[in-house]
Amino acid sequence: MLTRRDFFKVGGAASGVFFLRGRAQPSGQKRLHKPVGEHPVICPYCATGCGMIAAAQGGRLVNLEGDPDHPINRGQLCSKGEAARGFVESPYRMTKTLYRAPGSDTWEEKPIDWMIQQIARRIKETRDKYWIQQDEDGYVVNRTEAVAFLGGSSNGNEECYMFIKFARALGLNYIEHQARICHSSTVPALGESFGRGAMTNHPIDFKNADVILIEGGNPAEQHPLTFKWIMEAKDRGAKVIVVDPRFNRSAARADVFAQIRVGTDIAFMGGLIHHILENKLYDEYYVKNYTNATLLVNPDFKTATDLDGLFSGYNPTPDNPNEKGVYDRSTWTYQIGEDGYAKRDPTMTDPNSVFQLLKKQYSRYTLPMVSKITGIPEAKLKQIYDLFGSTGQVDRVGTITYAMGATQHSYGTQHIRAYAIVQLLLGNIGRAGGGVNALRGHSNVQGSTDHALLYHILPGYMPVPDRKFPTLKSYLEAKTPKRLLPNAPNWWENLPKYFISQLKAWWPKIDPEISYLYLAKLGPHVGGKPDASSDYSHHALLHAALSGVLKGLIAVGQNPAMSAANVNMARKALDSLDWLVVLDPFETETAAHWKRPGVDPKSIKTEVFFIPTPVWVEKTGSITNTGLWAQWYEKAAEAPEGTVDEMYFFTKLVEELKKLYAEGGAFPDPIVNLSWPEWSEEQSVHWAKEINGFDLTTGEQVASFTKLRDDGTTASGNWLYAGSWTEKGNMMARRDSKTDHPAGIGIYPNWAWCWPVNRRIRYNRASVWFDTGQPRDEKRWVIRWNDTAGKWEGDVPDGGWKPGTVLPFIMKSDGLGHLFALSLKDGPFPEHYEPWESAVLNPFGQQNDPVCKVWNFKDLDVYGDPKDYPIIATTYRLTEHWHTGMMSRNVPWLLELQPDPFVEIGTDLAGELGIKNGEWVLVESARGAVEAVAIVTPRIQPLKIEDENGARVVNQVGIPWHWGYMGGGARPESAGNALTPSVHDPNCFIPETKAMLVRLKKLAKPPKKIDLNARI
Amino acid sequence: MPKPNDYAILFDASHCTGCRACQVACKQWNDLPGEATVNTGSYENPPSLSSMTWLRIKYTEGVDRGEVFWDFTRDSCMHCSSAACVEACPTGAVNYREGGVVTVDQDWCIGCRNCVQACPYDAIHFDEEKGVVDKCTLCYDRVSNGLEPACVKACPTGALHSGRYADMKALAEQRLAALKGAGYDQANIYGLAEMGGTHVLYVLLKHPSAYGLPVGPVTEKRKVASGWLSAGIAAAVLGFAGARWIAERREEVGGER
Repeated sequence: MLTRRDFFKVGGAASGVFFLRGRAQPSGQKRLHKPVGEHPVICPYCATGCGMIAAAQGGRLVNLEGDPDHPINRGQLCSKGEAARGFVESPYRMTKTLYRAPGSDTWEEKPIDWMIQQIARRIKETRDKYWIQQDEDGYVVNRTEAVAFLGGSSNGNEECYMFIKFARALGLNYIEHQARICHSSTVPALGESFGRGAMTNHPIDFKNADVILIEGGNPAEQHPLTFKWIMEAKDRGAKVIVVDPRFNRSAARADVFAQIRVGTDIAFMGGLIHHILENKLYDEYYVKNYTNATLLVNPDFKTATDLDGLFSGYNPTPDNPNEKGVYDRSTWTYQIGEDGYAKRDPTMTDPNSVFQLLKKQYSRYTLPMVSKITGIPEAKLKQIYDLFGSTGQVDRVGTITYAMGATQHSYGTQHIRAYAIVQLLLGNIGRAGGGVNALRGHSNVQGSTDHALLYHILPGYMPVPDRKFPTLKSYLEAKTPKRLLPNAPNWWENLPKYFISQLKAWWPKIDPEISYLYLAKLGPHVGGKPDASSDYSHHALLHAALSGVLKGLIAVGQNPAMSAANVNMARKALDSLDWLVVLDPFETETAAHWKRPGVDPKSIKTEVFFIPTPVWVEKTGSITNTGLWAQWYEKAAEAPEGTVDEMYFFTKLVEELKKLYAEGGAFPDPIVNLSWPEWSEEQSVHWAKEINGFDLTTGEQVASFTKLRDDGTTASGNWLYAGSWTEKGNMMARRDSKTDHPAGIGIYPNWAWCWPVNRRIRYNRASVWFDTGQPRDEKRWVIRWNDTAGKWEGDVPDGGWKPGTVLPFIMKSDGLGHLFALSLKDGPFPEHYEPWESAVLNPFGQQNDPVCKVWNFKDLDVYGDPKDYPIIATTYRLTEHWHTGMMSRNVPWLLELQPDPFVEIGTDLAGELGIKNGEWVLVESARGAVEAVAIVTPRIQPLKIEDENGARVVNQVGIPWHWGYMGGGARPESAGNALTPSVHDPNCFIPETKAMLVRLKKLAKPPKKIDLNARI
Repeated sequence: MPKPNDYAILFDASHCTGCRACQVACKQWNDLPGEATVNTGSYENPPSLSSMTWLRIKYTEGVDRGEVFWDFTRDSCMHCSSAACVEACPTGAVNYREGGVVTVDQDWCIGCRNCVQACPYDAIHFDEEKGVVDKCTLCYDRVSNGLEPACVKACPTGALHSGRYADMKALAEQRLAALKGAGYDQANIYGLAEMGGTHVLYVLLKHPSAYGLPVGPVTEKRKVASGWLSAGIAAAVLGFAGARWIAERREEVGGER
């Protein structure tokens, strides 16, 4: 690592080999000074899925730029994408396999074989010692709560699939990754509303919209190549609305900007729902035919309007100190007729119809009320509501796009639900230019979610078995839904085929009745630690470590010492582990937690194994973008000597574990019988084919999930990806960027492959007239029925049934889009609640989400009062950096652009506090502090709000969370997540990292830069 | 004036989001290092162009008639038709190339820094290590091979375009008309008359001064150090000895840092 010393010697100007000034001088020279490249790869940063072309010389990258053939980015990239070669060639890349003994203050270099043997032993010892065959209530659960797996969203699909197979075979319950803390609220919200918990459309589709509402996201900053298509729409005359706590880079190009108080998006969207209903701006045909507006609800159900912010069934007596209460959801149901189907009132006038209940629920969300809550002036609200409401007309269409600003709240799921309700009312789902478009933030976080590196689901969104279902039969009976309307396709009826095929992919020689028993069963934590619930999510995992239950953690490409809410708690959790395995290209804050500023390494007994890994461009595989396109890429450069490929590592680890368990141990069968290929350079091809699935009788790859069977004769690792690698070959590697849909809507069906079954716009049966199958919006048609040919044309329809036969939302058991939700834990309709830490009282009565999860571990999970912390704060990301900063602060080109942690402060507030632009300040919450440069700016204005305490002005500040104590730009107290609270959404346990209270203090001098990086 | 077939770049401020893909693309293609910077209360960095930074984005913000704004501008060499740097160069190292591109032939640069003094855009800078000046080349090697300049190719939002000067001028006029039609009364094109007409044209939403662009810059036939000039010419005539003199001179200048 001598290059790193050189790097610091020249005062931060980079000097990794290619950063040296020895370049060929291109001035006045006509010959290209280096090759441009033609080897296609996909960008490793956000999930837009941009193409790149790479040029390598002698195995090293010499150029990396946008792929001009790629339909999404057409050769263009953002600043991070342009800097991606700097990530590959970063002076901080690790190439030594390192071991840190308990209490040691230094790394030791160890051979990889030794590391793998040691890690296998730690896993076996811990698993066997803490194996739970039966829980305290006598249920057979066959699991361990002492070992956890974390990570995967920066790895390819094939790696993610391999990870989940490994982790499930070990019987772990604590299996989590980045998706939990970024978009986990999107999944239940969109799943409940439409049937699939993912982006409805895709990045290019923004070009088709007439109105684009950006709320809780900042695509110009976070997903700049989606903004390319937003600008394209704008050039065509579309209007762009940005609603955000600060005037950001998206706002700079918006037609309308509204500054909103942090955490009041449901009030804002509720106002829009109210406005649409009051002014009859909704698409009546769509609402009546394609949503559950006409269905009748249990007469005992009460809206939040009836009960001062609560819905019927609230039980405030908690049996868990972390949970404030729970709903009895028995009234949140449809009325069922004698025929067994849900009752409907086509006129929507029945007071128990969903439509009437919706009206009642939002009757309080008037312009003056919403203005008082959000701080947006009434005139601006009306302007936005009228503009977006105009897309309820059949020949107009609007899209809503968002990211973490919407998801990371204690009521995040309900935020996203509010978007879904608006889009269903306006008839904007299933259409080109419409949709609810979750923009995902890691290159493969969609794929890692699909492959279910999450405690509660299995690949393909199948529920993890609960202890209540001891047999395969009992599980399938309980989890396979019954149809609620006669013409609902109820696609989940096929669950048994997908579930059994997955068991056969993992344990092909074992009878599925037996291999079902191999899966660990969910149930309450044994011993009541960290709490009495069945929550094994990311934050519970950290608390399990704190409370001594969790002993060992394997973290792959995830950095919880930076990315967790309340990182001071997370870092203590890491200190509490017996052993920690980190696989990463960089020495992350997590790997180096034992030497962080302010701690004595001697006091930290965690044994740490660090495995340096190659980066994406040095590997082969596929990643799935935010629009669900799985894109294949081939290795373009040689991995540095000393790095260890994840597939090699896990293959050798599994071999070692199989060897150990062949000699005995706790419940060895799932490990011994697990199918696993031998290591080879082409292993990702093996995994890709297994994910797709094959016929066990013929050995042929299945063409789609319709070919999967429930009799154990087919195997498929993930039914959703069936069709990605068929007998015709690798569909994910397709590169036809010329063929588009006849209407030019930009779906490029022969570019890569998209789940499910290469359908590019989900729910597209809702874009046509039910009876004829003809498009409702001719100009931007997605599918249409060709009567002469007797088939659908255009995009792949949501099922090939003829028009006039089935309802469009085929995954739902009623076939309809859900205005009224049946499965959420905090209400069938979104209701405005204040963030857990708030300086404002909720005029609707109930202050906070009444069933949100609030951790209370000793002095670590603490909460602030507005008297002590009067300023509202939110966190965000920058174009120039990426998440915990490892892939951007360690890139000199990006650190140059944004070198220091900062806090954006409004001009008025800064004036009051005597803070000048560029001065260093201390930002403190009840949990921690950040030292940051003050950017004093008019882009954050004081907001006029009103509550029971009267009309007043509140101030907000914003803090990016990319800085930490390792790598480039390191400083001791710089992590934005030191401020964020341990408060979570009850549906998905996403943390409320977007809303908190802070105070500001001027610092006398800038904090010191630090360099704790390994010198081995 | 630029000729219709000259190379040209159009920067349209109404389409820029300040993402700085262009700024990094320039460094990536040209293998320029990242600079050590500090945040002084703005997103803008590095604080100025240098021999290591040939292109950057400038940020200006404020409140205008109750509405907040945040504007982004390109800051780089304008490839002037009447270029102050070319006029100031005693050896002809800084010169016009085919297609109106202004580049530095470093074999002939003596490190006198007259061009650095002369440029109204602060776009040419002295490289302390190499003892010569350096700046944007309009990616002369790329454009000579039918490729777009790295910055233009990178731009995700349609703020940068490149092509024939006549086409870029026409596109600028088209964009201007669209902006005027949308109510941007102050919209204007910068670079048509400045410095004899620049090969980088800007479509701006506001008066150039609002973006910090020099208003009415001129090319002065500066008095270059006459001794250097004559010595340089003499040395050039002397051929090999001249080249050697330049190399020595460069080391001498390099040593002055």
